[in-house]
Amino acid sequence: MCEVCHKEPATVHITRIVNDQKTEMHLCAQCARERGEVEMNFEPSFAFHNILAGLFEPESTMVSQRNRPVAVRCSRCGMSLADIRRLGKLGCSNCYAQFERELEPLLKRIHQSTDHAGKHPKDRGHDRRDVRREIERLRELLHIAVSKEAYEEAARLRDQIRSLELQAKED
Amino acid sequence: MSLKDIINKTLSQWMKGTGPESDIVIGSRVRLARNLSDVPFPQIADDEQKGYVIKEAKRALQQAKNALGDLEFIPMAEVSPLERQLLVEKHLISPAHTQQVKHKAVILRGDEAVSIMVNEEDHFRIQALFPGLAPFEAWELCSRVDDAFDEVLHFAYGDRFGYLTACPTNVGTGMRASVMMHLPALTMTDQIRKMISAVGKFGLAVRGIYGEGTEVLGNIYQLSNQITLGHSEEEIIRHLYKVTQQVLEHERAARERILAKDRLQLEDRIYRSYGILANARMIATQEAMQRLSDVRLGIDLGIVTGIEPRILQELMVMIRPAHLQKLMGQELDAPARDEKRAALIRERLRGQGR
Ligand SMILES: [Zn+2]
Ligand SMILES: [Zn+2]
Repeated sequence: MCEVCHKEPATVHITRIVNDQKTEMHLCAQCARERGEVEMNFEPSFAFHNILAGLFEPESTMVSQRNRPVAVRCSRCGMSLADIRRLGKLGCSNCYAQFERELEPLLKRIHQSTDHAGKHPKDRGHDRRDVRREIERLRELLHIAVSKEAYEEAARLRDQIRSLELQAKED
Repeated sequence: MSLKDIINKTLSQWMKGTGPESDIVIGSRVRLARNLSDVPFPQIADDEQKGYVIKEAKRALQQAKNALGDLEFIPMAEVSPLERQLLVEKHLISPAHTQQVKHKAVILRGDEAVSIMVNEEDHFRIQALFPGLAPFEAWELCSRVDDAFDEVLHFAYGDRFGYLTACPTNVGTGMRASVMMHLPALTMTDQIRKMISAVGKFGLAVRGIYGEGTEVLGNIYQLSNQITLGHSEEEIIRHLYKVTQQVLEHERAARERILAKDRLQLEDRIYRSYGILANARMIATQEAMQRLSDVRLGIDLGIVTGIEPRILQELMVMIRPAHLQKLMGQELDAPARDEKRAALIRERLRGQGR
Protein backbone atom coordinates (compact mmCIF):
# COMPACT_ATOMS: atom_id res chain seq x y z
CA MET A 1 0.00 0.00 0.00
CA CYS A 2 1.24 3.50 -0.87
CA GLU A 3 2.91 5.22 2.09
CA VAL A 4 1.58 8.66 1.22
CA CYS A 5 -2.06 8.36 0.19
CA HIS A 6 -2.68 4.94 1.79
CA LYS A 7 -5.25 4.32 -0.97
CA GLU A 8 -3.50 2.94 -4.06
CA PRO A 9 -1.24 -0.12 -4.19
CA ALA A 10 2.46 0.77 -4.07
CA THR A 11 4.08 0.17 -7.44
CA VAL A 12 7.15 2.39 -7.16
CA HIS A 13 9.88 1.35 -4.73
CA ILE A 14 12.67 3.79 -4.03
CA THR A 15 15.79 2.79 -2.13
CA ARG A 16 18.28 5.44 -1.16
CA ILE A 17 21.49 5.48 0.79
CA VAL A 18 22.35 8.91 2.10
CA ASN A 19 24.92 9.39 4.86
CA ASP A 20 25.16 5.63 5.25
CA GLN A 21 21.45 5.55 6.10
CA LYS A 22 19.32 3.30 3.96
CA THR A 23 15.71 4.30 3.47
CA GLU A 24 13.00 2.66 1.43
CA MET A 25 9.81 4.23 0.12
CA HIS A 26 6.84 2.50 -1.39
CA LEU A 27 4.54 4.74 -3.40
CA CYS A 28 1.73 4.47 -5.90
CA ALA A 29 2.39 5.76 -9.39
CA GLN A 30 0.41 8.97 -8.85
CA CYS A 31 2.17 9.95 -5.61
CA ALA A 32 5.53 8.99 -7.03
CA ARG A 33 4.95 11.34 -9.94
CA GLU A 34 3.90 14.15 -7.61
CA ARG A 35 7.02 13.73 -5.53
CA GLY A 36 9.11 13.04 -8.57
CA GLU A 37 10.89 16.36 -8.63
CA VAL A 38 11.92 16.24 -5.03
CA GLU A 39 13.01 12.64 -5.29
CA MET A 40 14.92 12.97 -8.53
CA ASN A 41 17.07 15.66 -7.02
CA PHE A 42 18.49 13.48 -4.28
CA GLU A 43 20.65 11.03 -6.09
CA PRO A 44 20.44 10.60 -9.80
CA SER A 45 18.99 7.19 -10.58
CA PHE A 46 22.17 5.61 -11.84
CA ALA A 47 20.61 2.93 -14.02
CA PHE A 48 23.57 1.30 -15.64
CA HIS A 49 23.64 -1.49 -18.12
CA ASN A 50 26.39 -1.89 -20.58
CA ILE A 51 27.01 1.72 -21.46
CA LEU A 52 29.33 1.00 -24.31
CA ALA A 53 26.96 -1.43 -25.98
CA GLY A 54 24.36 1.32 -26.17
CA LEU A 55 26.71 3.97 -27.44
CA PHE A 56 25.62 5.79 -30.54
CA GLU A 57 22.59 3.67 -31.19
CA PRO A 58 20.89 5.06 -34.26
CA GLU A 59 17.70 5.85 -32.27
CA SER A 60 19.53 8.28 -30.05
CA THR A 61 20.52 10.46 -32.96
CA MET A 62 17.64 9.95 -35.36
CA VAL A 63 15.37 12.71 -34.11
CA SER A 64 17.90 15.48 -34.33
CA GLN A 65 19.33 14.16 -37.56
CA ARG A 66 16.06 14.57 -39.36
CA ASN A 67 16.64 18.28 -39.86
CA ARG A 68 20.24 17.95 -40.92
CA PRO A 69 22.02 16.59 -43.92
CA VAL A 70 23.09 13.06 -43.01
CA ALA A 71 26.54 13.60 -44.43
CA VAL A 72 27.48 16.42 -42.07
CA ARG A 73 31.14 16.13 -41.04
CA CYS A 74 33.29 17.66 -38.33
CA SER A 75 34.85 20.76 -39.84
CA ARG A 76 38.19 19.98 -38.23
CA CYS A 77 38.76 16.21 -38.41
CA GLY A 78 36.28 15.29 -41.12
CA MET A 79 34.50 12.56 -39.15
CA SER A 80 30.81 12.01 -39.83
CA LEU A 81 28.30 10.66 -37.33
CA ALA A 82 28.46 7.33 -39.14
CA ASP A 83 32.25 7.26 -38.69
CA ILE A 84 31.90 8.06 -34.99
CA ARG A 85 29.29 5.37 -34.53
CA ARG A 86 31.48 2.83 -36.28
CA LEU A 87 34.62 3.81 -34.32
CA GLY A 88 32.82 4.20 -30.97
CA LYS A 89 34.93 7.29 -30.42
CA LEU A 90 35.05 10.91 -31.48
CA GLY A 91 37.67 12.17 -33.90
CA CYS A 92 38.76 15.40 -32.24
CA SER A 93 37.74 17.87 -29.57
CA ASN A 94 35.83 19.91 -32.15
CA CYS A 95 33.47 16.96 -32.71
CA TYR A 96 31.86 17.85 -29.38
CA ALA A 97 30.87 21.28 -30.69
CA GLN A 98 30.00 20.00 -34.17
CA PHE A 99 27.72 17.23 -32.93
CA GLU A 100 26.58 18.82 -29.67
CA ARG A 101 22.89 18.19 -30.38
CA GLU A 102 23.44 14.53 -31.26
CA LEU A 103 25.71 13.95 -28.28
CA GLU A 104 23.35 15.48 -25.74
CA PRO A 105 20.96 12.52 -25.35
CA LEU A 106 23.88 10.12 -25.37
CA LEU A 107 25.72 11.97 -22.60
CA LYS A 108 22.49 12.22 -20.66
CA ARG A 109 22.14 8.46 -20.90
CA ILE A 110 25.72 7.74 -19.84
CA HIS A 111 26.15 10.37 -17.14
CA GLN A 112 22.61 11.54 -16.25
CA SER A 113 23.94 15.01 -16.97
CA THR A 114 25.15 17.18 -19.80
CA ASP A 115 26.99 19.86 -17.84
CA HIS A 116 30.49 19.69 -16.43
CA ALA A 117 30.82 20.61 -12.77
CA GLY A 118 34.47 19.92 -12.01
CA LYS A 119 37.95 21.27 -12.51
CA HIS A 120 38.86 23.53 -15.43
CA PRO A 121 42.09 24.73 -17.02
CA LYS A 122 43.55 27.68 -15.13
CA ASP A 123 43.00 30.21 -17.89
CA ARG A 124 39.50 29.08 -18.89
CA GLY A 125 36.09 28.31 -17.43
CA HIS A 126 34.52 29.32 -14.14
CA ASP A 127 34.36 27.34 -11.02
CA ARG A 128 30.93 25.82 -10.62
CA ARG A 129 32.20 23.63 -7.84
CA ASP A 130 31.26 25.92 -4.96
CA VAL A 131 27.65 26.16 -6.13
CA ARG A 132 27.54 22.41 -6.72
CA ARG A 133 28.84 21.73 -3.24
CA GLU A 134 26.19 23.98 -1.75
CA ILE A 135 23.50 22.18 -3.77
CA GLU A 136 24.74 18.80 -2.49
CA ARG A 137 24.64 20.07 1.08
CA LEU A 138 21.09 21.39 0.70
CA ARG A 139 19.99 18.12 -0.89
CA GLU A 140 21.15 16.20 2.13
CA LEU A 141 19.27 18.62 4.38
CA LEU A 142 16.22 18.23 2.15
CA HIS A 143 16.38 14.49 2.50
CA ILE A 144 16.50 14.76 6.27
CA ALA A 145 13.57 17.18 6.23
CA VAL A 146 11.48 14.84 4.07
CA SER A 147 12.28 11.82 6.21
CA LYS A 148 11.17 13.82 9.28
CA GLU A 149 8.06 14.86 7.34
CA ALA A 150 8.96 18.52 7.85
CA TYR A 151 7.34 19.46 4.56
CA GLU A 152 7.42 23.23 4.96
CA GLU A 153 11.14 23.17 5.49
CA ALA A 154 11.49 20.72 2.61
CA ALA A 155 9.61 23.08 0.29
CA ARG A 156 11.85 25.97 1.32
CA LEU A 157 14.98 23.91 0.74
CA ARG A 158 13.69 22.70 -2.62
CA ASP A 159 13.15 26.30 -3.78
CA GLN A 160 16.65 27.19 -2.65
CA ILE A 161 18.09 24.25 -4.56
CA ARG A 162 16.15 25.19 -7.69
CA SER A 163 17.44 28.73 -7.74
CA LEU A 164 21.01 27.54 -7.17
CA GLU A 165 20.62 25.05 -10.00
CA LEU A 166 19.49 27.82 -12.31
CA GLN A 167 22.48 29.87 -11.22
CA ALA A 168 24.81 26.95 -11.88
CA LYS A 169 23.39 26.62 -15.38
CA GLU A 170 23.70 30.31 -16.22
CA ASP A 171 27.27 30.52 -14.97
CA MET B 1 65.96 6.68 -11.85
CA SER B 2 65.96 5.04 -15.26
CA LEU B 3 63.63 2.58 -16.92
CA LYS B 4 66.19 -0.12 -16.07
CA ASP B 5 65.90 0.72 -12.37
CA ILE B 6 62.11 0.66 -12.51
CA ILE B 7 62.11 -2.62 -14.40
CA ASN B 8 64.64 -4.15 -12.01
CA LYS B 9 62.81 -3.02 -8.91
CA THR B 10 60.23 -5.67 -8.17
CA LEU B 11 58.31 -3.82 -5.51
CA SER B 12 56.28 -0.77 -6.43
CA GLN B 13 55.22 1.70 -3.78
CA TRP B 14 51.62 0.47 -3.94
CA MET B 15 52.64 -3.12 -3.19
CA LYS B 16 54.16 -2.26 0.18
CA GLY B 17 50.94 -3.19 1.95
CA THR B 18 50.59 -0.03 4.01
CA GLY B 19 47.97 2.72 3.96
CA PRO B 20 44.47 3.08 5.42
CA GLU B 21 42.23 -0.04 5.57
CA SER B 22 45.10 -2.08 4.16
CA ASP B 23 43.67 -5.30 5.58
CA ILE B 24 41.18 -5.21 2.68
CA VAL B 25 42.09 -2.33 0.38
CA ILE B 26 45.20 -3.03 -1.65
CA GLY B 27 45.44 0.24 -3.48
CA SER B 28 43.73 3.32 -4.90
CA ARG B 29 44.14 4.69 -8.37
CA VAL B 30 43.05 7.90 -10.09
CA ARG B 31 43.39 8.44 -13.81
CA LEU B 32 42.83 11.67 -15.72
CA ALA B 33 42.27 11.80 -19.48
CA ARG B 34 43.58 14.94 -21.19
CA ASN B 35 43.92 15.95 -24.84
CA LEU B 36 45.56 18.75 -26.75
CA SER B 37 42.95 21.02 -28.30
CA ASP B 38 44.54 21.40 -31.74
CA VAL B 39 45.25 17.76 -32.72
CA PRO B 40 42.80 14.91 -33.48
CA PHE B 41 42.55 12.14 -30.90
CA PRO B 42 45.23 9.40 -31.27
CA GLN B 43 42.99 6.85 -32.98
CA ILE B 44 42.66 8.99 -36.11
CA ALA B 45 45.74 11.23 -35.77
CA ASP B 46 48.44 10.75 -38.43
CA ASP B 47 52.14 10.20 -37.71
CA GLU B 48 52.96 13.87 -37.84
CA GLN B 49 50.18 14.78 -35.42
CA LYS B 50 51.12 12.03 -32.98
CA GLY B 51 54.74 13.14 -33.24
CA TYR B 52 53.59 16.64 -32.31
CA VAL B 53 51.89 15.28 -29.16
CA ILE B 54 55.16 13.55 -28.21
CA LYS B 55 57.08 16.78 -28.75
CA GLU B 56 54.60 18.73 -26.64
CA ALA B 57 54.82 16.11 -23.88
CA LYS B 58 58.59 16.48 -23.75
CA ARG B 59 58.34 20.26 -23.75
CA ALA B 60 55.84 20.19 -20.88
CA LEU B 61 58.02 17.75 -18.96
CA GLN B 62 61.05 20.00 -19.37
CA GLN B 63 59.22 23.08 -18.15
CA ALA B 64 57.36 21.30 -15.38
CA LYS B 65 60.52 19.80 -13.94
CA ASN B 66 60.49 22.00 -10.86
CA ALA B 67 56.88 21.20 -10.06
CA LEU B 68 57.01 17.49 -10.86
CA GLY B 69 60.56 16.39 -10.05
CA ASP B 70 62.05 13.10 -11.13
CA LEU B 71 59.98 12.01 -14.15
CA GLU B 72 61.37 9.99 -17.00
CA PHE B 73 60.15 10.06 -20.59
CA ILE B 74 60.29 6.63 -22.23
CA PRO B 75 59.30 5.97 -25.87
CA MET B 76 57.49 2.62 -25.97
CA ALA B 77 59.42 1.61 -29.09
CA GLU B 78 62.58 1.56 -26.97
CA VAL B 79 61.03 -0.81 -24.44
CA SER B 80 61.36 -4.54 -25.18
CA PRO B 81 58.17 -6.62 -25.44
CA LEU B 82 59.01 -8.36 -22.14
CA GLU B 83 59.56 -5.04 -20.37
CA ARG B 84 56.28 -3.69 -21.77
CA GLN B 85 54.56 -6.69 -20.24
CA LEU B 86 56.30 -5.99 -16.93
CA LEU B 87 54.90 -2.46 -16.94
CA VAL B 88 51.41 -3.87 -17.56
CA GLU B 89 51.79 -6.35 -14.70
CA LYS B 90 52.83 -3.48 -12.44
CA HIS B 91 49.65 -1.62 -13.48
CA LEU B 92 51.71 1.27 -14.84
CA ILE B 93 50.41 1.05 -18.41
CA SER B 94 47.39 -0.54 -20.08
CA PRO B 95 47.66 -3.66 -22.25
CA ALA B 96 46.57 -1.52 -25.23
CA HIS B 97 49.66 0.64 -24.74
CA THR B 98 51.96 -2.29 -25.60
CA GLN B 99 50.51 -2.59 -29.14
CA GLN B 100 51.46 -0.47 -32.16
CA VAL B 101 54.03 1.36 -30.12
CA LYS B 102 55.18 3.86 -32.73
CA HIS B 103 54.55 7.35 -31.28
CA LYS B 104 53.50 5.92 -27.93
CA ALA B 105 55.39 6.81 -24.76
CA VAL B 106 55.17 6.48 -21.01
CA ILE B 107 56.35 8.98 -18.43
CA LEU B 108 57.25 7.42 -15.08
CA ARG B 109 58.14 8.72 -11.67
CA GLY B 110 60.86 6.77 -9.88
CA ASP B 111 58.60 5.52 -7.10
CA GLU B 112 55.98 4.44 -9.70
CA ALA B 113 53.32 6.50 -7.93
CA VAL B 114 52.85 8.53 -11.14
CA SER B 115 52.69 7.23 -14.68
CA ILE B 116 51.53 9.08 -17.78
CA MET B 117 50.65 7.28 -21.00
CA VAL B 118 51.11 9.41 -24.12
CA ASN B 119 49.02 8.67 -27.24
CA GLU B 120 46.95 5.90 -25.75
CA GLU B 121 43.19 6.37 -26.30
CA ASP B 122 43.66 10.02 -25.31
CA HIS B 123 46.77 12.15 -25.83
CA PHE B 124 47.52 11.97 -22.11
CA ARG B 125 46.43 9.55 -19.44
CA ILE B 126 47.77 10.72 -16.08
CA GLN B 127 47.67 8.08 -13.37
CA ALA B 128 48.48 8.07 -9.66
CA LEU B 129 48.61 4.87 -7.64
CA PHE B 130 48.61 4.74 -3.83
CA PRO B 131 48.63 1.83 -1.36
CA GLY B 132 45.53 1.38 0.80
CA LEU B 133 42.32 3.43 0.72
CA ALA B 134 43.69 6.79 -0.44
CA PRO B 135 41.68 8.00 -3.46
CA PHE B 136 41.79 11.65 -2.31
CA GLU B 137 45.58 11.54 -2.12
CA ALA B 138 45.74 9.94 -5.56
CA TRP B 139 43.42 12.63 -6.95
CA GLU B 140 45.49 15.43 -5.44
CA LEU B 141 48.68 14.07 -6.94
CA CYS B 142 47.07 13.60 -10.37
CA SER B 143 45.66 17.09 -10.20
CA ARG B 144 49.08 18.53 -9.37
CA VAL B 145 50.58 16.84 -12.42
CA ASP B 146 47.66 18.12 -14.48
CA ASP B 147 48.25 21.67 -13.16
CA ALA B 148 51.92 21.53 -14.10
CA PHE B 149 51.09 20.38 -17.64
CA ASP B 150 48.30 22.94 -17.87
CA GLU B 151 50.88 25.71 -17.35
CA VAL B 152 52.52 24.67 -20.63
CA LEU B 153 49.89 22.91 -22.77
CA HIS B 154 46.50 23.93 -24.09
CA PHE B 155 44.14 21.12 -23.13
CA ALA B 156 40.88 20.50 -25.00
CA TYR B 157 38.14 21.87 -22.77
CA GLY B 158 34.62 23.10 -23.40
CA ASP B 159 32.68 25.16 -20.94
CA ARG B 160 29.70 22.85 -21.17
CA PHE B 161 31.17 19.35 -21.49
CA GLY B 162 34.42 19.98 -19.58
CA TYR B 163 37.58 18.09 -20.57
CA LEU B 164 36.99 16.62 -24.02
CA THR B 165 37.99 12.98 -24.46
CA ALA B 166 38.08 10.46 -27.29
CA CYS B 167 35.32 8.42 -25.69
CA PRO B 168 32.21 10.19 -24.36
CA THR B 169 32.24 7.86 -21.33
CA ASN B 170 35.19 9.90 -19.99
CA VAL B 171 34.12 13.44 -20.89
CA GLY B 172 33.75 16.10 -18.17
CA THR B 173 36.25 15.45 -15.43
CA GLY B 174 38.06 12.85 -17.55
CA MET B 175 38.54 11.09 -14.24
CA ARG B 176 38.34 7.42 -13.37
CA ALA B 177 38.96 6.73 -9.68
CA SER B 178 39.19 3.17 -8.46
CA VAL B 179 39.83 1.18 -5.32
CA MET B 180 41.36 -2.29 -5.43
CA MET B 181 39.97 -4.61 -2.73
CA HIS B 182 40.53 -8.16 -1.50
CA LEU B 183 37.04 -9.55 -0.83
CA PRO B 184 37.31 -13.27 -0.05
CA ALA B 185 34.46 -13.49 2.46
CA LEU B 186 31.93 -11.70 0.23
CA THR B 187 32.96 -14.06 -2.56
CA MET B 188 32.76 -17.21 -0.40
CA THR B 189 29.30 -16.33 0.85
CA ASP B 190 28.24 -15.36 -2.69
CA GLN B 191 27.19 -11.88 -1.55
CA ILE B 192 29.50 -10.38 -4.11
CA ARG B 193 26.96 -10.68 -6.92
CA LYS B 194 24.39 -8.73 -4.94
CA MET B 195 27.01 -6.12 -4.15
CA ILE B 196 27.99 -5.75 -7.79
CA SER B 197 24.43 -5.02 -8.85
CA ALA B 198 23.89 -2.75 -5.81
CA VAL B 199 26.85 -0.46 -6.52
CA GLY B 200 25.73 -0.29 -10.14
CA LYS B 201 22.76 1.71 -8.95
CA PHE B 202 25.16 4.28 -7.53
CA GLY B 203 27.04 4.90 -10.75
CA LEU B 204 29.93 2.66 -9.77
CA ALA B 205 31.18 -0.54 -11.35
CA VAL B 206 32.93 -3.58 -9.91
CA ARG B 207 35.15 -5.84 -11.93
CA GLY B 208 37.93 -8.30 -11.39
CA ILE B 209 41.30 -6.62 -11.23
CA TYR B 210 42.75 -8.18 -14.35
CA GLY B 211 40.66 -6.73 -17.09
CA GLU B 212 36.98 -6.73 -17.90
CA GLY B 213 34.89 -9.82 -18.31
CA THR B 214 37.72 -12.15 -17.40
CA GLU B 215 37.49 -14.38 -14.36
CA VAL B 216 38.27 -12.72 -11.05
CA LEU B 217 41.72 -13.74 -9.85
CA GLY B 218 42.43 -14.08 -6.14
CA ASN B 219 39.14 -12.44 -5.08
CA ILE B 220 40.56 -9.04 -5.93
CA TYR B 221 38.04 -6.56 -7.22
CA GLN B 222 38.18 -3.02 -8.46
CA LEU B 223 35.44 -0.52 -7.65
CA SER B 224 35.37 2.57 -9.87
CA ASN B 225 33.18 5.48 -10.93
CA GLN B 226 31.32 5.25 -14.23
CA ILE B 227 30.01 8.81 -14.30
CA THR B 228 32.47 11.55 -15.23
CA LEU B 229 30.14 14.40 -16.19
CA GLY B 230 27.94 16.52 -13.95
CA HIS B 231 29.75 16.02 -10.64
CA SER B 232 32.99 17.51 -9.40
CA GLU B 233 36.04 15.31 -8.90
CA GLU B 234 35.73 15.67 -5.13
CA GLU B 235 32.05 14.64 -5.19
CA ILE B 236 32.83 11.60 -7.31
CA ILE B 237 35.64 10.53 -5.01
CA ARG B 238 33.67 11.20 -1.85
CA HIS B 239 30.92 9.00 -3.28
CA LEU B 240 33.40 6.23 -4.17
CA TYR B 241 34.90 6.51 -0.70
CA LYS B 242 31.54 6.17 1.05
CA VAL B 243 30.49 3.17 -1.00
CA THR B 244 33.90 1.56 -0.45
CA GLN B 245 33.46 1.92 3.29
CA GLN B 246 30.13 0.14 3.06
CA VAL B 247 31.71 -2.67 1.07
CA LEU B 248 34.45 -2.94 3.72
CA GLU B 249 31.85 -3.17 6.45
CA HIS B 250 30.08 -5.98 4.61
CA GLU B 251 33.33 -7.84 4.00
CA ARG B 252 34.32 -7.57 7.67
CA ALA B 253 30.88 -8.69 8.81
CA ALA B 254 31.01 -11.65 6.41
CA ARG B 255 34.43 -12.63 7.79
CA GLU B 256 33.11 -12.50 11.36
CA ARG B 257 30.10 -14.57 10.41
CA ILE B 258 32.15 -17.28 8.72
CA LEU B 259 34.54 -17.33 11.67
CA ALA B 260 31.66 -17.70 14.14
CA LYS B 261 29.72 -20.29 12.14
CA ASP B 262 32.25 -22.34 10.21
CA ARG B 263 35.58 -21.77 11.88
CA LEU B 264 36.80 -25.34 11.43
CA GLN B 265 35.96 -25.45 7.71
CA LEU B 266 37.59 -22.07 7.20
CA GLU B 267 40.76 -23.10 9.03
CA ASP B 268 40.85 -26.32 7.03
CA ARG B 269 40.58 -24.41 3.76
CA ILE B 270 43.25 -21.91 4.74
CA TYR B 271 45.71 -24.55 5.95
CA ARG B 272 45.13 -26.70 2.86
CA SER B 273 45.94 -23.71 0.67
CA TYR B 274 49.00 -22.96 2.78
CA GLY B 275 50.10 -26.57 2.46
CA ILE B 276 49.76 -26.51 -1.31
CA LEU B 277 51.65 -23.22 -1.68
CA ALA B 278 54.42 -24.46 0.62
CA ASN B 279 54.81 -27.77 -1.18
CA ALA B 280 53.53 -27.66 -4.77
CA ARG B 281 56.04 -28.30 -7.55
CA MET B 282 53.87 -26.78 -10.28
CA ILE B 283 51.11 -24.20 -9.95
CA ALA B 284 49.11 -22.14 -12.46
CA THR B 285 48.39 -18.43 -11.89
CA GLN B 286 44.72 -18.93 -11.20
CA GLU B 287 45.21 -21.56 -8.51
CA ALA B 288 48.12 -19.67 -7.01
CA MET B 289 46.00 -16.52 -6.71
CA GLN B 290 43.13 -18.39 -5.07
CA ARG B 291 45.48 -20.09 -2.55
CA LEU B 292 47.26 -16.82 -1.82
CA SER B 293 43.88 -15.22 -1.20
CA ASP B 294 43.06 -17.95 1.32
CA VAL B 295 46.39 -17.55 3.11
CA ARG B 296 46.03 -13.78 3.19
CA LEU B 297 42.58 -14.17 4.74
CA GLY B 298 44.15 -16.49 7.31
CA ILE B 299 46.75 -13.82 8.10
CA ASP B 300 44.07 -11.11 8.42
CA LEU B 301 42.03 -13.29 10.79
CA GLY B 302 45.02 -14.24 12.94
CA ILE B 303 44.76 -17.91 11.93
CA VAL B 304 48.08 -17.91 10.07
CA THR B 305 50.88 -16.12 11.90
CA GLY B 306 54.40 -15.08 11.05
CA ILE B 307 53.73 -14.18 7.40
CA GLU B 308 53.61 -10.59 6.24
CA PRO B 309 50.18 -9.61 4.85
CA ARG B 310 51.79 -7.96 1.84
CA ILE B 311 52.75 -11.39 0.51
CA LEU B 312 49.47 -11.31 -1.45
CA GLN B 313 50.07 -8.10 -3.41
CA GLU B 314 53.77 -8.87 -3.80
CA LEU B 315 53.26 -12.33 -5.20
CA MET B 316 50.21 -11.41 -7.26
CA VAL B 317 52.58 -9.32 -9.38
CA MET B 318 55.72 -11.45 -9.09
CA ILE B 319 54.10 -14.71 -10.22
CA ARG B 320 52.78 -13.21 -13.45
CA PRO B 321 54.44 -14.39 -16.67
CA ALA B 322 56.66 -11.40 -17.50
CA HIS B 323 57.89 -11.02 -13.92
CA LEU B 324 58.72 -14.72 -13.70
CA GLN B 325 60.65 -14.59 -16.97
CA LYS B 326 62.47 -11.47 -15.85
CA LEU B 327 63.38 -13.13 -12.56
CA MET B 328 64.66 -16.26 -14.31
CA GLY B 329 66.39 -14.28 -17.03
CA GLN B 330 64.91 -16.39 -19.80
CA GLU B 331 61.80 -17.04 -21.82
CA LEU B 332 59.62 -19.75 -20.28
CA ASP B 333 56.77 -21.78 -21.74
CA ALA B 334 53.63 -22.37 -19.68
CA PRO B 335 54.73 -25.62 -17.93
CA ALA B 336 58.12 -24.09 -17.10
CA ARG B 337 56.38 -21.02 -15.70
CA ASP B 338 54.16 -23.22 -13.50
CA GLU B 339 57.30 -24.87 -12.15
CA LYS B 340 59.16 -21.60 -11.49
CA ARG B 341 56.04 -20.04 -10.01
CA ALA B 342 55.72 -22.88 -7.49
CA ALA B 343 59.42 -22.59 -6.65
CA LEU B 344 59.19 -18.83 -6.14
CA ILE B 345 56.19 -19.14 -3.84
CA ARG B 346 57.85 -21.93 -1.82
CA GLU B 347 60.96 -19.84 -1.43
CA ARG B 348 58.93 -16.82 -0.37
CA LEU B 349 57.07 -18.83 2.27
CA ARG B 350 60.11 -20.68 3.57
CA GLY B 351 61.14 -19.57 7.03
CA GLN B 352 57.85 -17.71 7.36
CA GLY B 353 54.76 -19.02 9.12
CA ARG B 354 54.34 -22.39 10.73
ZN1 LIG C 1 -0.28 7.16 -3.26
ZN1 LIG D 1 36.29 16.28 -35.10
